[in-house]
Amino acid sequence: MPKRTDIETILIIGSGPIVIGQAAEFDYSGTQAVKALKEEGYRVVLVNSNPATIMTDPELADRTYIEPLTPEWVARVIERERPDALLPTMGGQTALNVAMALANDGTLERYGVELIGADRRSIKMAEDRQEFAQAMRRIGLKVPEGVVVSSLTQAWEAVERVGYPVIIRPSFTLGGTGGGVAYNREEYEEKVKHALALSPIHTALIERSVLGWKEFELEVMRDCRDNVVVICSIENFDPMGVHTGDSITVAPAMTLTDREYQEMRDAAIAIIREIGVAAGGCNIQFAVNPENGEMLVIEMNPRVSRSSALASKATGFPIARIGAKLAVGYTLDELPNDITRTTPASFEPVLDYVVVKFPRFAFEKFPMADATLTTQMKSVGESMAIGRTFKEAFQKAIRALEIDRPGWVVGQTLRDDRLEADDVESLKAAIRTPTPERVFQIKRAMQAGVEVEEISRLTGIDRWFLTQLKELLDAEEDFRRAAAIDGELLRGMKRMGFSDRQLADLRGMREEEIRELRWRLGIRPAYKTVDTCAGEFPSATPYLYSSYDDENESEPYGSEGIVILGSGPNRIGQGVEFDYCCVRAVLALRELGYRAIMVNCNPETVSTDFDTSDKLYFEPLTLEDVLEIVSLERPRGVILQLGGQTPLKMAKGLEAYGVPILGTSPDAIDIAEDRKRFEELTRSLGIAQPPNGTATTLEEAVRVAAEVGYPVLVRPSYVLGGRAMEIVYDEASLRRYFERAAKVSPAHPVLIDRFLEDAFEADVDAICDGKRCAIGGIMQHIEDAGIHSGDSACVLPPYLIGEAALEEMRHYTRQFALSLGVVGLINVQYAIKDGVVYVLEVNPRASRTVPFVSKATGVPLAKLAAAVMVGHTLDEAGVPDEVSIPYVAVKEAVFPFSKLPNVDTLLGPEMRSTGEVMGIADSFGMAFAKAQIAADGALPLEGTIFVTVNDHDKPTVTPIVRRFHEMGFRILATEGTARYLQARGIPCERVLKVYEGRPNAADLIVSGEVHLLINTPLGKLTQEDDYYIRRTALQHRVPYTTTMSAASAACDAVLALRSRKGTVRALQEWYQLSVASRWAGGSLVEAGKAGAAEGEPSSLVKERS
Amino acid sequence: MPQKLKAYVLLEDGTWFPGTARREFPPTTGEVVFTTNLTGYQEVFTDPSYLGQIVTMTATMIGNYGVNSEDVESTKPQVNGVVVRELSNRFSNWRAREALDEWLASHNIPIVEDVDTRRLTRHIRAAGAMRGIVAVGPEPTPEVRDRLEKSPRMEGLDLASLATTEGKRTVGDPNARYHIVAYDYGMKENILRLFVSLGCRVTVVPAHTPAEETLELKPDGLFLSNGPGDPAAVKYALPMIRELAGKRGLPTFGICLGHQLIGLAFGGETVKLPYGHRGGNHPVRELENGRVLITSQNHGFAVRGEGKNIPGAKELEITHINLNDGTVEGLRHRELPIFAVQYHPEASPGPHDARKHFAAFLEALGATAVPGTAASPRSEDS
Repeated sequence: MPKRTDIETILIIGSGPIVIGQAAEFDYSGTQAVKALKEEGYRVVLVNSNPATIMTDPELADRTYIEPLTPEWVARVIERERPDALLPTMGGQTALNVAMALANDGTLERYGVELIGADRRSIKMAEDRQEFAQAMRRIGLKVPEGVVVSSLTQAWEAVERVGYPVIIRPSFTLGGTGGGVAYNREEYEEKVKHALALSPIHTALIERSVLGWKEFELEVMRDCRDNVVVICSIENFDPMGVHTGDSITVAPAMTLTDREYQEMRDAAIAIIREIGVAAGGCNIQFAVNPENGEMLVIEMNPRVSRSSALASKATGFPIARIGAKLAVGYTLDELPNDITRTTPASFEPVLDYVVVKFPRFAFEKFPMADATLTTQMKSVGESMAIGRTFKEAFQKAIRALEIDRPGWVVGQTLRDDRLEADDVESLKAAIRTPTPERVFQIKRAMQAGVEVEEISRLTGIDRWFLTQLKELLDAEEDFRRAAAIDGELLRGMKRMGFSDRQLADLRGMREEEIRELRWRLGIRPAYKTVDTCAGEFPSATPYLYSSYDDENESEPYGSEGIVILGSGPNRIGQGVEFDYCCVRAVLALRELGYRAIMVNCNPETVSTDFDTSDKLYFEPLTLEDVLEIVSLERPRGVILQLGGQTPLKMAKGLEAYGVPILGTSPDAIDIAEDRKRFEELTRSLGIAQPPNGTATTLEEAVRVAAEVGYPVLVRPSYVLGGRAMEIVYDEASLRRYFERAAKVSPAHPVLIDRFLEDAFEADVDAICDGKRCAIGGIMQHIEDAGIHSGDSACVLPPYLIGEAALEEMRHYTRQFALSLGVVGLINVQYAIKDGVVYVLEVNPRASRTVPFVSKATGVPLAKLAAAVMVGHTLDEAGVPDEVSIPYVAVKEAVFPFSKLPNVDTLLGPEMRSTGEVMGIADSFGMAFAKAQIAADGALPLEGTIFVTVNDHDKPTVTPIVRRFHEMGFRILATEGTARYLQARGIPCERVLKVYEGRPNAADLIVSGEVHLLINTPLGKLTQEDDYYIRRTALQHRVPYTTTMSAASAACDAVLALRSRKGTVRALQEWYQLSVASRWAGGSLVEAGKAGAAEGEPSSLVKERS
Repeated sequence: MPQKLKAYVLLEDGTWFPGTARREFPPTTGEVVFTTNLTGYQEVFTDPSYLGQIVTMTATMIGNYGVNSEDVESTKPQVNGVVVRELSNRFSNWRAREALDEWLASHNIPIVEDVDTRRLTRHIRAAGAMRGIVAVGPEPTPEVRDRLEKSPRMEGLDLASLATTEGKRTVGDPNARYHIVAYDYGMKENILRLFVSLGCRVTVVPAHTPAEETLELKPDGLFLSNGPGDPAAVKYALPMIRELAGKRGLPTFGICLGHQLIGLAFGGETVKLPYGHRGGNHPVRELENGRVLITSQNHGFAVRGEGKNIPGAKELEITHINLNDGTVEGLRHRELPIFAVQYHPEASPGPHDARKHFAAFLEALGATAVPGTAASPRSEDS
């Protein structure tokens, strides 16, 4: 069936900010969907609140709305754009929920919008657990037995039927809050009571536990003619009980016979038909009893998912792209397999390799959080590796994680492996509980002599996987003991995925020595193609992975090629925004006639889509892996300033091996990162810096801190995302900091800066071609100084910084760029206090804010950076000194607090946000309001405000509260704050603090009487109290601010929302308001010409011809 | 782990692929083919259609779930040799009884591991399936080369006579509604299992059984099985097919080799495919309704087709085609209840999409109500 011609405009909803459980994979799927539908000639309208995405780049969709993903705001887009159809399956749960709300409230019907891909009925059947269970029973499949109860009595009856261990899931709580597993009567009673109390409707689901069963997933696609194919099977290394997003997973399934696999496939096909996914993909999870093969259906997602992104990367089959085409009426056999290009998409990929995915966690940033892995996802990113064997892929995936482990190796200390002791009994006890480190604890247990069988019994991990690990351990022992390393021995180890560093450590050698020996013995990896068909057909797409096998399939590009190093697994501080930069650069290089070679290991990304670059190496980002690629490819150069710290860390190593680095030199990067060299530069330029120093011992740190003066900001050097960064107010706290958070030694110096209290902070992103530096944008932080720039809301253009200071920042930025010889991007952070502009840090590389600035201004900084790195000038590219915009863009950060119980929500110098949103409007208030709504912190238009601030903030908060009062808000405050406000003529009611009795502030929040919370920390005595109030607000979704500037901004926003209805406008329309419109078409060459036409110097295209 | 021996695969064009072996074995020849099945190695190795071949598994991790007593397509492994990238040292599955390695060894089937199977597969894809030899040793010796040179070619080879049953046997309920005579050219066990599960009595007869003998059995239908070798060498079957299916109008169903024999019996011809179809993911279009079936395949030859027709066989028409290369995957007689498919609706290993063909055959036998197959809940819906 050919594509539908009765629809013209299709609306796609993205997934919003990156949060735990919903990350970059939806940028990948959404981008594919937009491209696939545009290719078919449809007019595509996109809504997403997340600016750090490829999909929201203006040249992708016909109309791009960066607006909040709420039914209300998306309805405004629908009202304006009048799409014929809405594709709800590409933006995760967020898009599905918004689409369902718009279907349920009649908006879609009112505007004649058809849901395509999945309809309302099937979405509901898949999402509603009761309906789903009934549907499964209709087709003869089993689900875990479950009973909904509303009293303890009923719960006792239920557990009679279900048996122990039992899972308790309270109804309608956020993210599974209050759920758990009970192993006995006592635990059960306690957990049921807790669950019933937490549930707003006082009911809970009592479910049979299949903890310890094997877990599998199938990715299935169906077209409108009912053709169904299974794209990929995935087996979880961790058994049931650990969220699949937190599990180590393997594709294809390793331990199923054909009979069992086909039974699962039959079930999957029956499920997709029964649920009725009209046309597209779905993901189905199964649990299998390892004792007898009993199979249960766990759940089904009628949309693309994290797993489908993984399956796409694992097989080469672009599920989202094909799903979008199926949604507009194509059938699978009408679509080509994009990898082979000669065979159709109606087939099932076969793998002649093994794929392993490893989750990456961020518990180091949340020491209070419970690191036990459960049914609620806690990981923030993942790495994927491909090898010819499980062992090879497994080890590659670990070294790709960048967790300081060059493979499957135990930590240097017990603490690194989350252990207190390493006697056999302690190890056995530890591995019963799944944590991020369990797989390393297992190694320790094996080393201590615990048998595979016993480990399997304790962990529920299949003995096949454990035997594979045991073989790695045995091989290590043989290698360690071998009299000499010959070629055969070394090749054997490399075939099992051991890294050079791992092998060096085993022999007490240096990594370079092993590498030299290996090269001398001629042991080099071969690159194999991911081709969907296990070599049965020729492949047109160079999607490659390394393996120590015989035949290399990668034909080097030589000097036509440019290697771009990606950013690896997503983590807090390094996420999708760097992938955005890499992808933009790849596209620019391709446009400029180079062959772009991408290296990355993160399956969630657009950069690892097989058609983004000319050639993709799906490889870990370590020096060893990159050196092998570079020595095969012999590229013109390597770009490493776009992928965050990951590639930057390799700068010196690559340079030492003579690899040409494009753009800013590694030495310039070093000047910026080396405190002493940087200070010299700053002094020579006459730019002010907060007093600062470096210490390599504790006593030196104490001395330096005294010299620069408290409060001080301390942090280890070479960190990302403010890891272990803290503001310290006195010597005692400083000493505690070193005990608790950071080590200090000559190898690990610590940086100590005077902390500038009450300063404004600003970020400047700029681009430089070595001769001229253009300002990309100046962002003013909304949060106070001391809060990590990644966590602070910011506004572009700045709204409270005077022109003189702005001019100074521009000037300084140019000075830094030119004196460092920056070729590419540079980011400078400033603090402004009492009219003095201080430089805080300079990063001669792409910063986290590049996508935000690019979206806000319409100037594609990352693309331009790629152009200047290959030798073009800003003049040629038609880039003016600065693009000023006659509107306002606000970035707001999004935090994982609701997923991590017991974590304080107070912001600080250590970055903890996972994602960001943008609000764009013609006024600051409205832009901030949009950003808040998009970040799920919708502000109240009326109601009650609860204020409790420290003495220091009382004068500042007074005018803010007065404005709220004037708008008619009721004001509540704790004693001190209340007294202060009343004395200044603001009527307010006193509320008890938590320790003062009841009903107290927390009670009011719980009972829904508070609509906005303004809270700054009060001091030692009330620390617990504040924490409790903030957590309560978070759990009950009451918006809160913890800084004065944010409170003031919130006030502006409420004012804006009260005075007029919010309107939506596409990026393409905003850009018409400035010279940025020249880049809206997506072509650098065309933009360069446009610049030239306006009398600016020669264009890109002239120069090249 | 015991020390592994050096071993290799040598092809007749001189290309060779180093690997290892766990035990000594004599040099063994066979046509070297690859299969892309991700699961089901035990079914593959026991499938008589692989008789005499050296099978390369493109899936890299083999032996993970061991072998069991149920997933067999005949009484023993039929392949001459097995080539894999990595053979598991340990299996894990609740039905497993034995390690793959030991099971193959007990039947004297050599297995060469640690081979760059992708390189081998790509080579066969480019150069075509060809004769080869597996042997122990660091590299090919003149004796081994000589032995390979003297081994028979697949073309013109009647392997069905070797793979067939020695005597007649009958399975299924003696009072079953339908009685099918199945010509065994190397029949997979699952075909029998399915017929029986659908309520048939099946008499399995040797490949050379003449038409008259079959008629004496008073069958309601005729089944022509899969099997190894060159269909053109199974000339003795053609008169029988013309008699029973053509003249007597006995409802006839053929699979794989059986499909090719029907094509030949009615005047068509068969051709050798460059490297065959072996795997569980081949898309086949059902021309009647446009639907796509994902099928299990294992064949090196195919019936030659042209558009919807089979040159030389006017009475036949094409019903199914392979979407990867357009080759003939199914045919039927324009008037008589005779139909056949090139792929394996009985699967095992492979997907169950085409199981409905068995029900369709039963319908042709005069059935009114056909029970669905238990394993695929919706198989009756088209």
